[in-house]
Amino acid sequence: MSNAQADILTVRGVTKRFAVGDGEVEALAPVDLAIPKGEFVCMIGASGCGKSTLLRIIAGFEEPTTGDVSIDGKPVTGPGSDRGMVFQDYALFPWMTVRQNISFGPRQRHLPREEIDKTTDEFVRMVGLERFADRHPNQLSGGMKQRVAIARVLANDANILLMDEPFGALDALTREQLQNELLQIWKRTGVTTIFVTHSVEEAVLLADRVLVMSAGPGRIHSDFRIDLPRPRDVSSPEFNALRRDVARRLTSHLMLARA
Amino acid sequence: MSDHATTLPDGGETSAAHLKSPRRRSRQRLETLRAIVLGAGFPILLILIWDRAVAITGTRLIPSPYQVAVMMYDFTFGGIYDDAFSGTILIHVWKSMQRVYGGFLLAALIGIPLGMMIGRIKVLRQLLDPTISLLRPIPVTAWLPLSMIFFGLGPNAAIFLVFLGAFYPILLNTMFGVRSIDPRLFEAASMLGCSGTGMFRQIVLPASLPAIFSGLRIAHGFAWILIVVGEMTGVPTGLGSVVMDGRTLSRTDLVITGMIVIGACGFVTDRIIVAISNRLLSWSPQHRE
Repeated sequence: MSNAQADILTVRGVTKRFAVGDGEVEALAPVDLAIPKGEFVCMIGASGCGKSTLLRIIAGFEEPTTGDVSIDGKPVTGPGSDRGMVFQDYALFPWMTVRQNISFGPRQRHLPREEIDKTTDEFVRMVGLERFADRHPNQLSGGMKQRVAIARVLANDANILLMDEPFGALDALTREQLQNELLQIWKRTGVTTIFVTHSVEEAVLLADRVLVMSAGPGRIHSDFRIDLPRPRDVSSPEFNALRRDVARRLTSHLMLARA
Repeated sequence: MSDHATTLPDGGETSAAHLKSPRRRSRQRLETLRAIVLGAGFPILLILIWDRAVAITGTRLIPSPYQVAVMMYDFTFGGIYDDAFSGTILIHVWKSMQRVYGGFLLAALIGIPLGMMIGRIKVLRQLLDPTISLLRPIPVTAWLPLSMIFFGLGPNAAIFLVFLGAFYPILLNTMFGVRSIDPRLFEAASMLGCSGTGMFRQIVLPASLPAIFSGLRIAHGFAWILIVVGEMTGVPTGLGSVVMDGRTLSRTDLVITGMIVIGACGFVTDRIIVAISNRLLSWSPQHRE
């Protein structure tokens, strides 16, 4: 395990129970997790394994039933601008232009106007949307919307980027392009990234570390380190060997769950 | 950033919409013409049927369109009948507009903020929702006696009735609009550091604006409907009082003239509201008309 000083995020004994009808469903068994600063972590698992719930607890959108989450040693009590979520369905503000969406965070902090404009320009450029800066979200493709969502979080100076199946609704070509862009942005900004997906290939392609989660109740089943150099070649034997390992681990508990 | 692979297909679909060939433009013009001919043609047809029906039945209870047109001319410019109503259209329109817009704006001023708060704050919803559901089905006309006791004879009672009629559609649509905002938007805003009153101003208001505008349109319609009732409260001027006077004097041409002017005023204001909403909601093409 990595040493405590370098961990930006610590999850200790977090569980979650949801009330369903008269009873309760245990969505998360006690989960412990430490993520060092700057790491790219993918969480993978079948639907209902609690990966999105865990992400939403880290974001502060939901409270854990027991346990606690802390960022840089400070406990999380609700949503905060140190963590930024990128949702699968974008959740852009439809009445704002691309530029206004991206400048939303800086505007909340009442920074000087020039500083807001400078930051906004920088992130509009980083995601390559200069030509579309004055458009509204409904005039953008899915891939462009997701770039705006990423820029909106980064422009707000978030230290942790939380991504909930962000590319799940995109076509294969756009997804591939956005994966590359995300890696470049991650490399350039060094932002700690937690990325939820249900694609093994996506997880092995992107992550430093893949957490395989299993359901009933959700827990972290195995923790893979991916040491392949980037850019990763998806057709290389090493990549495929790792992908097979992760996939086998993922299906092994699926078989158990079904039995 | 190597962006062309994705921006090219994107650019393709959006630029097609901006591309206006001469053929496309002439087809658009034809479409506008068609809308005008159909939209204006139907009322003209109704007037023709009205005219024929009066002529064939020989009734003396209902004036012909021509007689109404003469009355309309006299009401506007005077010089034909030279009675109490000749050339008085402006003063009646002006008085009614003050009451309609007074009541309507008051309803919007109270209904929109209250609807936003009730939609967003659970305690307020629990406190006020049952009372609103209880008061809402009461017809505005039933409030007439009470409003005359509260406000006496005069314009304030009319404004109160218009206010009551316009208030519920604005309040309920605003509440509905707030309740149907995607909760993700609140999550996104709060993680970006937005909270408290900033949330109302920056998220709740703009996100519920489409629903608020449909409420305003319905309410504005009710406001003009209620002006006739409102001006039954013994005010000497106003389009509603003209209609009521016409009835008392058995001057059906005056009644119909008043009805047409009320319809025209409502039509013009409705167009203004639609124009404002199209401007403010340009981000949301499904709400455009």
